[in-house]
Amino acid sequence: MIEWSVITDSLPQYASGLWLTAQLTVLSLAAGLMMAIPLSVMRISRKRLVAGPVWAFTYFFRGTPMLVQLLLIYYGLGQFEWIQGQWQADNTFWLIFREPYGCALVTFTLNTCAYTTEILAGALRTTPHGEIEAAQACGMSRVTMLRRILIPGALRRALPAYSNEAIFMLHGTAIASTVTLMDLTGAARNAYSQHFAPFEAFIFAGLLYLTLTFALVGLFRLAERRYLAHLQPRKAIKGPTT
Amino acid sequence: MIRRICLMAALAFLSHNALAKDWTKIRFATEGAYPPFNMTAPDGTVQGFDVDVANALCKQMQAECSWVKQEWDGMIPALMGRKFDAIAASMSITEDRKKKVDFSDKYYATPLGLVAAKGSALRPDLALLKGKRIGVQRGTVADNFATRFWASEGVEVIRYGKQEEVYLDLAAGRLDATWVDALEAEGGFLTKPTGEGYAFAGPTIFGRNADEKAVIGEGVGVAVRKKDTELKGKLNKALAEIRANGTYDAIRKKYFSQDIYGE
Repeated sequence: MIEWSVITDSLPQYASGLWLTAQLTVLSLAAGLMMAIPLSVMRISRKRLVAGPVWAFTYFFRGTPMLVQLLLIYYGLGQFEWIQGQWQADNTFWLIFREPYGCALVTFTLNTCAYTTEILAGALRTTPHGEIEAAQACGMSRVTMLRRILIPGALRRALPAYSNEAIFMLHGTAIASTVTLMDLTGAARNAYSQHFAPFEAFIFAGLLYLTLTFALVGLFRLAERRYLAHLQPRKAIKGPTT
Repeated sequence: MIRRICLMAALAFLSHNALAKDWTKIRFATEGAYPPFNMTAPDGTVQGFDVDVANALCKQMQAECSWVKQEWDGMIPALMGRKFDAIAASMSITEDRKKKVDFSDKYYATPLGLVAAKGSALRPDLALLKGKRIGVQRGTVADNFATRFWASEGVEVIRYGKQEEVYLDLAAGRLDATWVDALEAEGGFLTKPTGEGYAFAGPTIFGRNADEKAVIGEGVGVAVRKKDTELKGKLNKALAEIRANGTYDAIRKKYFSQDIYGE
């Protein structure tokens, strides 16, 4: 027996939850990727002082659960009187950490940034030697080479791995509801606690997540078709063969 | 062979059912995060007023009780899913919940109160609360009340999984106030070091009109599945007995200085 009213009554909440989930996913992925590009270049540097801090950063954020990171930033920071004082004084920077939205966005961004940095660093390391030699033969400086050869190539090669990271991130945002945000999971929990009907509440949220995942997968497939076209199997030539 | 297995399975099923029916063993659930009514001791066991009352009921019924810890918002679904047999977790008896489960008679009654910084001008009145951030625990009577009467009128109602988290955010300055069971706030926050500097803002209320009363409910009872009428009957009988023989009062005195049973 399915109680459809559980879903229909809560439709507006699901809709705003869907919007919040999409926002958190897209914004944190975009900010994380922007930060990951310079960090991945630092990560593969031979200089310890440059690579070390980035290594420590990715080690921490990949080595701890995102839920723990979020609780640490949301409840953990709020515990300190100095930070509470900054909130009282309306310090714009620290006010980000008063809002659950800000805390979630910062956590998700740092987390995806750590993973993306490692994905990109791996892709940078596998740049074919021939490309580097050719760039040097053309007389490119290190920066020009990064900009024209290394980074664009790495971004292409990283695309399949990165699409997984994006999907994990979408699903990871479900923990936003633990810090009072009404994302898709938050909406489902609300419907659940109002109607005591877990199946209806969560299956509908699951279907909406599935839809979002399909949309993401579709976008990445388009991107791969465009940027990894040279790796696709060649299509059979149509026409008479003799 | 197959027939024998089927027969044994059928017998096992029948005997299991028979065992469950005489209620010598009852599995109780509580949240363990709602002091002083129910809380978790450092060793992981549950304790508190709810737990003591339920244990006294068990003793009176000569039943063996075990405890399960369950998150608040999954409490009723888990009861219906047979994860345990009864809920003793300060659950108010309300019309909405009665559609899904049955309740014993009440074992205490408590008003709702608004807790804010000392000297706050806030009161549990819509006009004063507009635009304020009010924290509630998701799925509680306080949540139902705030959702029904305030959320659509411009009060920012923020929902948490646990009441303890609401206090954390109130102390951190993220909330203007929390709307909560008054006895819970008293025992779980105001009398503790973190609650220093906070107080009830305005009067505590049992419901100022019929609508509010319907949402707040008629007190707190033990919830059981609808078809377990026999268990409900036994619980009610035991409750009347421990009320009469002084056990209830002894437990109450351990936690509260005044009577909390209500009318």
